[in-house]
Amino acid sequence: MTAIASSPSLTDNPNCRDWIDIARDETVVLKSGKVEIGQGIATALIQIAADELDVAPDRVRLISGHTALGPLEAGTSSSLSVETGGRAVRLAASAVRALLLAEAAKLLQAPAEALSVEDGRIVVSGRATDLTYWSLAPAVDLAAPVMDHARPKAPSERRLVGTSMPRVDLAAKAAGAGFIHDIELEGMLHGRVLDPPARDRRLVTFDEDALRRSFPGVQLVRDGSFVGVIAEREEVAVRAIAAAQRLATWTAGAPVPADLRAAIAVDSSTPEEIVVKGDVDAAEGRRIATEVERPYIAHASVAPSCAIAAWRDGALEVYSHSQGVHDLRTALAMVLGVESAKVVVIHAPGAGTYGHSGQDDVAYEAALLARAMPGRPVRLLWSRFADFSLAPTGPGMIVNAEAKVGSDGRIASMRIQSVCQSQVFRPGRGGTANLIAAERLTDPFPKGVPVDPPLARGGGGERNAIPLYAIPNIHVSKRILRDLPYRTSALRALGGYTNVFALETLMDDIAAEIGVDPVALRIANLEDKRAAAVVQKAADMAGWPGPRVPGTGFGIGFCQYKNRSAYCAVVARVVCDERVRLTHAWAAVDAGEAINPDGIINQIEGGIIQSASWTLKERVALDGDAIATRDWEGYPILRFSEVPEVEVAVIARPEAPPLGVGEAATGPTAAAIGNAVRAALGVRVRALPITRDAIVAAMG
Amino acid sequence: MDRIEFHVNGKRVGVAVDPDTPLLYVLRNDLGLKGTRAGCVEGQCMSCTVLIDGRAVTACMEPVSAVAGRKIETVESLVDGGTRHPLVESFIKEQAGQCGYCLAGILMRAKALMAAKPSPTRDDIVTALDGHLCRCGAHARMIRAIEQAASVGSVAP
Repeated sequence: MTAIASSPSLTDNPNCRDWIDIARDETVVLKSGKVEIGQGIATALIQIAADELDVAPDRVRLISGHTALGPLEAGTSSSLSVETGGRAVRLAASAVRALLLAEAAKLLQAPAEALSVEDGRIVVSGRATDLTYWSLAPAVDLAAPVMDHARPKAPSERRLVGTSMPRVDLAAKAAGAGFIHDIELEGMLHGRVLDPPARDRRLVTFDEDALRRSFPGVQLVRDGSFVGVIAEREEVAVRAIAAAQRLATWTAGAPVPADLRAAIAVDSSTPEEIVVKGDVDAAEGRRIATEVERPYIAHASVAPSCAIAAWRDGALEVYSHSQGVHDLRTALAMVLGVESAKVVVIHAPGAGTYGHSGQDDVAYEAALLARAMPGRPVRLLWSRFADFSLAPTGPGMIVNAEAKVGSDGRIASMRIQSVCQSQVFRPGRGGTANLIAAERLTDPFPKGVPVDPPLARGGGGERNAIPLYAIPNIHVSKRILRDLPYRTSALRALGGYTNVFALETLMDDIAAEIGVDPVALRIANLEDKRAAAVVQKAADMAGWPGPRVPGTGFGIGFCQYKNRSAYCAVVARVVCDERVRLTHAWAAVDAGEAINPDGIINQIEGGIIQSASWTLKERVALDGDAIATRDWEGYPILRFSEVPEVEVAVIARPEAPPLGVGEAATGPTAAAIGNAVRAALGVRVRALPITRDAIVAAMG
Repeated sequence: MDRIEFHVNGKRVGVAVDPDTPLLYVLRNDLGLKGTRAGCVEGQCMSCTVLIDGRAVTACMEPVSAVAGRKIETVESLVDGGTRHPLVESFIKEQAGQCGYCLAGILMRAKALMAAKPSPTRDDIVTALDGHLCRCGAHARMIRAIEQAASVGSVAP
């Protein structure tokens, strides 16, 4: 028997009871650190657990993202929730089943192999017994290590996994329920906080007395340049903070280079070699090069960040839509000066998040407000402005990519350099809280130095900068800018979006230069058969190369996310008239074992549409040290009239491990659109977004 | 403060609040109808769309005094006891959502559309929804779901 692969999520939570309780009410409690952010993970985890346990999925109650009740698992990021969190759930559920069956075998004096389970009831040779998980549970010790007992089912034995079970949370959400924003606790008060015009600005004057006179019933909380108000009624808090905003004056911003290129020229950072294979300098061939640029991008979640905090007897309880409740607890303990044992963070769903936005910051600020009102829960909702301007943004980025192509048409070398601010700087990691309000207290906490993640963790700036194509000589480096004031952190796919855009732009430029079809060039250079299969499949779906119609173009983009997660190829069809319209997108995805095929399709569809929005429309406005984008008028995103028809094919590989899929489509979509525009107009737009103005500029 | 009376989801209600209070907060905090979603609270994202006398309106921009005596419908009206409105049924059937935050407003807009035009074309649907923001990219599924609900024909009033 081959060894059963473990999961990193089991390291800190090795025992069955860390993951599963057999509850008294004929349900099973499943515990996970991975949280629902609109990606369907709750459903996938329940499917996996119910399948391994042989219980109906509606018997499984999920506790997710609870620092007191759930496992100490890494946050919900990097498209790892199924790969690692799902793996842990599968192993734990199989171990619990094995332990319960062993007890049943003992009582029935039957070999465990003769037993099966039907919705929690023990069956011997097809005959139901009186024994159930719930009758057996009191005699079974779930403190046992998962890996001592794990026996996950063979793929052919799975029944629920692999089916498109409807989302467990969507029916409630379609009926207007299920969000953190809806939680109403006894005695809950409403808070709002003062927004500085930019991260580094501090209060010069603030007339507290005037505010108190105008709003006698409102509790004012101030610590340095952090100011908040608390009121019994939400609209009163809203009016009070608007008044406070008018009563505040702020320091001016420090001078900042005019744009990313100017910033790079003066930045103190140096490039870091990531991958060196062969010798790119010695490689011979025709040189083909490109340089692409992405602006800063906003998360632009539809809901403002929200949290509810309450202090009781020196202990803090916070409801949060954080993606990493344990890291948030660490960060909160650090800046609030309490032991982490005194802090409980409980996840509740917000609107979709696509990385590290304001969700952690707002939890801290709610805690600061609630500390002024012990015993009373305080609900804090951030402003739209704060979510655009004070929450981290996805960093702007420049990628240089060059290839040498031999006379035989083979790609002899590629050199890629990615330049950007840090792509990930989450709260509570590396000894820094990284909660923005802590930087503006009377005794401020240091900002910390962002550390871009290493390649071993998927990389940040260099994510997907390493070509998957079979190229003998490769040099990949990154340069993480240090001196810019903007607060940047994880946004869906990190550097992978721009790196794939660069690499796949370069691939098309190579194809054009040597007169080869872009799909054929990719397939010829992909030794990984699964990679080649998604490229071919997407091309087939689109009817590649498509008819030649003036102003219309087809383009392709491909990546394997992080070079180790899902494979995804996207073909885009654009029509360029007064603007660029993405009319169709066809995607093929290989995510290994598909836990929930419709969940995968939904993630790829959404990834394509979100990436199309970034690629065609989005740019955060910078004004000196400030992010000037404050509302939706200043930050248009793709609308219903602009979304393409999307068709997604999932290549089923039930025997292969599941691969994270949530971020796989963003890079390929950008590249496919850029390549389609080039096919339509003969113009290569290298600076995103691909607007009409950008096309005119590229023509010039 | 004078009591302001109106109808919500077929029930007569009254609140004694500052008349300038946005309807959004009255619905959520005074009447406990949390389904109406605060998005931008600036009238730009349409998350908080409700129906006032059948017309789709953003509840964040509407002072409660303006709705005195009028009939308001919120997303909660689409689920009456165990009975779901065909729109909700079709959204679930199509799994038309990711995070689901924009759904309440979009469902109310769709309800208004179908009341005005029981068999809307795809263009009608797109035009009606174009002011609504969805960040997750579930647009195509929502359009499909509305088409499907309209084709059911037996749409509740």
